Amino acid sequence: MTATTTEAATTAPALPRKTLGLAMIGLAVAMTLLHYVGLLPAWLHRLPEAIIPPFATWLDAIFNFVKDDLGLLALTRLLTDGLEVVLDATANLLFGKRRWPNIGPIPWSAIAAMAAVVGYYLGGWRMALLAGGTFVWTAMIGQWDIAMQTMSVLVVAAPLAFVIGLVLGITAWKSPSFDAVLRPVLAVLQTLPFFTYLLPAVIFFKVGPTAGAVATTVYAIPPMILMTTLGLQKVSPEVVEAGKMSGCTRWQMLRHVYIPAARTEILVGVNQVIMLCLAMVVLTAFIGMPGLGAKLLAMMGSFKIGRSFEIGVTIVLLAVTLDRMSKAWVVKLPEHFERGTPFWIRHKFLLMAIGAFVGFTLIAQFVPILSEVGRKQSWSQGKEIDTLIKNFLAIDLVQSITNSIRYVLNIWVLNPLRDFMLSIPTVAFVLLVSAAALLVAGRREAVLAAVFFGLVALTGWWDRSVITLYSVLAAVSIALLLGVPIGIVAARKEKTANAVLLACDTAQTFPSFIYLIPAIMLFGITATSVVMSILIFSMVPLVRYTIEGLRNVPDEMTEAADMSGATRMQKLWNVQLPLALPTMAVGFNQAIMFAFFMVIIAAFIGTQDLGQELQRTLAGTDLGKNFVLGICVTLMALTFDMVIMKWADDKKARLGLN
Amino acid sequence: MGSPVISARNVWKIFGKDPVGYLKTLQPGRSFEDIRADGYIAGVRDVSLDVARGEMLVIMGLSGSGKSTLVRCFSRLHEITGGSIEVDGQIIGDLSEKDLIELRRNKMGMVFQSFGLLPHRTVLDNVAFPLEMRGQDRHTRRKRALEVIELVGLAGREDYFPRELSGGQQQRVGIARSLAIEPDIWFLDEPFSALDPLIRREMQDEFLRLQAMLGKTIVFITHDFDEALRLADRIAIMKDGAVEQCDTPDQIVMNPTTDYVAKFTEEIDKARVVHAGVLARAGVAGEGQPVEAGATVQQLARLLVNDSRDLIPVADKGQVIGALDRQGALDILLKAS
Ligand SMILES: Nc1ncnc2c1ncn2[C@@H]1O[C@H](COP(=O)(O)OP(=O)(O)OP(=O)(O)O)[C@@H](O)[C@H]1O
Ligand SMILES: [Mg+2]
Repeated sequence: MTATTTEAATTAPALPRKTLGLAMIGLAVAMTLLHYVGLLPAWLHRLPEAIIPPFATWLDAIFNFVKDDLGLLALTRLLTDGLEVVLDATANLLFGKRRWPNIGPIPWSAIAAMAAVVGYYLGGWRMALLAGGTFVWTAMIGQWDIAMQTMSVLVVAAPLAFVIGLVLGITAWKSPSFDAVLRPVLAVLQTLPFFTYLLPAVIFFKVGPTAGAVATTVYAIPPMILMTTLGLQKVSPEVVEAGKMSGCTRWQMLRHVYIPAARTEILVGVNQVIMLCLAMVVLTAFIGMPGLGAKLLAMMGSFKIGRSFEIGVTIVLLAVTLDRMSKAWVVKLPEHFERGTPFWIRHKFLLMAIGAFVGFTLIAQFVPILSEVGRKQSWSQGKEIDTLIKNFLAIDLVQSITNSIRYVLNIWVLNPLRDFMLSIPTVAFVLLVSAAALLVAGRREAVLAAVFFGLVALTGWWDRSVITLYSVLAAVSIALLLGVPIGIVAARKEKTANAVLLACDTAQTFPSFIYLIPAIMLFGITATSVVMSILIFSMVPLVRYTIEGLRNVPDEMTEAADMSGATRMQKLWNVQLPLALPTMAVGFNQAIMFAFFMVIIAAFIGTQDLGQELQRTLAGTDLGKNFVLGICVTLMALTFDMVIMKWADDKKARLGLN
Repeated sequence: MGSPVISARNVWKIFGKDPVGYLKTLQPGRSFEDIRADGYIAGVRDVSLDVARGEMLVIMGLSGSGKSTLVRCFSRLHEITGGSIEVDGQIIGDLSEKDLIELRRNKMGMVFQSFGLLPHRTVLDNVAFPLEMRGQDRHTRRKRALEVIELVGLAGREDYFPRELSGGQQQRVGIARSLAIEPDIWFLDEPFSALDPLIRREMQDEFLRLQAMLGKTIVFITHDFDEALRLADRIAIMKDGAVEQCDTPDQIVMNPTTDYVAKFTEEIDKARVVHAGVLARAGVAGEGQPVEAGATVQQLARLLVNDSRDLIPVADKGQVIGALDRQGALDILLKAS
């Protein structure tokens, strides 16, 4: 089927793009109408089962071959053993799992105090308060153990991802051929839904923390590679030459010149590694890893909103703390001490950290509450919040609002859209997508879009893919209607713009799970919640890039508009928006990527899309099917990414920006 | 002068996609512009010159004329596209990586136009860096680094980081670093450009002192003609990657070989450049008290104006080497020629 569209796109270069695109749309519409009146042959509406190749079975065969015949499983199990020892050790230290070295758990107060000192070192009192406060909150609310279960994996996965990413990044920078191979792999890895990381980890590594650590590590590696390569390439040539003239060997060059000079980018990579690790380690709840994510999942599943909310706060606090601290580290440059500064001032912070740690560890021996906060002692207000929320939702006004939103969305928007999208014949759908790519981007994109969607059709998961797509499009469209105006209004004043940008930045560091909480809180476990959570999640980049796009419009252009006597509206429509559009498109693209990501997480609420099937595969060992489903999501996401980015680049070039 | 320390023969450095292939097919006589039209940039174009031991060669030319590129070829920071360069009798392009590192560690020093300081190291650690790479122990290298830091007048700032220093101070760190290993051959790419006139003058004096004491071979790039005149044994003037003329300052101003050089030196007060020794015609005997060969026309101004002799004898170290034509010297003084 795809072959026809592919040919149409390539064999008629004489036809102008627009005519061809419109013709394709016309054809698709005609097919859809034929289907409505019942004249379209069934095999054009949905691909017959008979021609759908058993991709999953093939993939399974390949996996089994690699796993058993090539002995990969033996190798990974070997790695597992090593990793397990490390994970057990951190688990012992952080929450007292009975394993070597059997000295844990470290009293929570000691960890909190040390975090505060590190915070103080990196960013002064505010950071100290944030870091210390986060850990105090975690202990006081009675979540110390689950939080430390999460942290025990994080403190292993993040350094591991850092080291592997650094080494691969250096290799890619040294060897262009390796780089050429690596780049497309990274591009795919970054659009792969996280579920495709989880199952292989479970199969090749042991269930539990080990699989969680592996999945988390792999997930966080790509940005580290990219940042490392970027940083090394940016080292100023004269610094490199100075190193050469000083007689550095290759190793000395790398160790003393390149890596320290690329410090900033490498630390930005560290920040991303930490944040991705946190995002992923929470999601490993889906493969049964205990910790904050698992607890949140359980609480949301049983609609215990109060506890979910508290866990959500813990996760958010942890995310903000880790993000701010690692970012502070990026900008923290060494400063000199005057001659003759005594030892204890030079190493003030180190001594303070050791002092705080040892001090609190000792005190905790006599004051048990500083060592462990028991169930009864915790300040958790889960029940009370539950009642509060229930009462709030029971208020007539609130209830009528949520109900009417749910009603309007479902009856007037969501369901009709879904049914309409499902009613389009597969072939016509592929045609439409390809035509859109042709009109928006170009021939190459049109061909690839047809191939990608054709492949999705061939996997046999068409209906579920369309439902996935529908959730994404519905949510992003609504997010667009809300986010862009918010961005425009916020961009008017420097102050509000900065405040909103900061809020967006902060919101982007939250692990995606968090976004489910308000949706479920308001709309319960329903399809509306799915759309709502995607909507909130994807609105963040939309607002953000709208503001940035508008702010980056060159001053002379807006001044020219002012001098031509344009009203504020005219200026916005005729000058600012057109110039901001390419940047906004990047935000739109990110919103769509976020939506594809969220739609799968939201499947946990209960949907009929790919996410639901994906979650089901996790329970078993259906690696082949898991991959096929993951690839469906990737192919659709890649299509959008390719088309939108091409459009934005073209537009930018035409506007002479950058 | 003994055998040259640096000897360049027909050196080419072309930037572009396939410079070596392009150079092979390049017809002689194609200009800089022609080459650029072909999509290549000729950084260095067919340069041949020698630098003698203990000599100070100053390279001058407009921005983009290839000065830095030529010096980078000498130190093999650039692989040259054609020709050959010998340093200390070894063809530098043929050195193995190990030998090249040895050469740079022990014999070469370089000061970079935009300093090239390592941002993450203190002044002290920057200056000690080449010593550290050589594997010297902490104590020795610290001692040596402090010495040179003192020498460039940065004592007391050892523990600062480059970004905590002014441009001129950073430049002096770069100079100190290149001095730390006591190189025999010293490449200086506009080393004083960021210094204020006072310190600049001091550094030049310091330089001449070092040069007289240690007899280093120096290749020095500058935009400042006064500086060139103070320091240079010979000056090479570059244009579009080629050396237009390479000669002593006197010859450059007296006998420019190309129009470009003539234009380049037009503005200069020749009386300050030309020495009596150069004006002396051998075999002609003047009469009376001889003048010193090392004196410039300007220094002799009073004598030239007041004297009445037509031919004034010139002596070099007490030995009369000829006589100068007073009228000719006066012409130079009055910018008549
Ligand atoms: N790495 C490079 N790649 C491409 N072109 C280069 C490179 N380095 C130098 N060039 C070109 O070679 C020419 C000579 O540059 P060079 O830096 O040697 O000039 P310069 O005489 O030192 O100028 P300035 O006085 O401004 O320092 C310039 O046209 C420059 O653009
Ligand atoms: Mg230069």
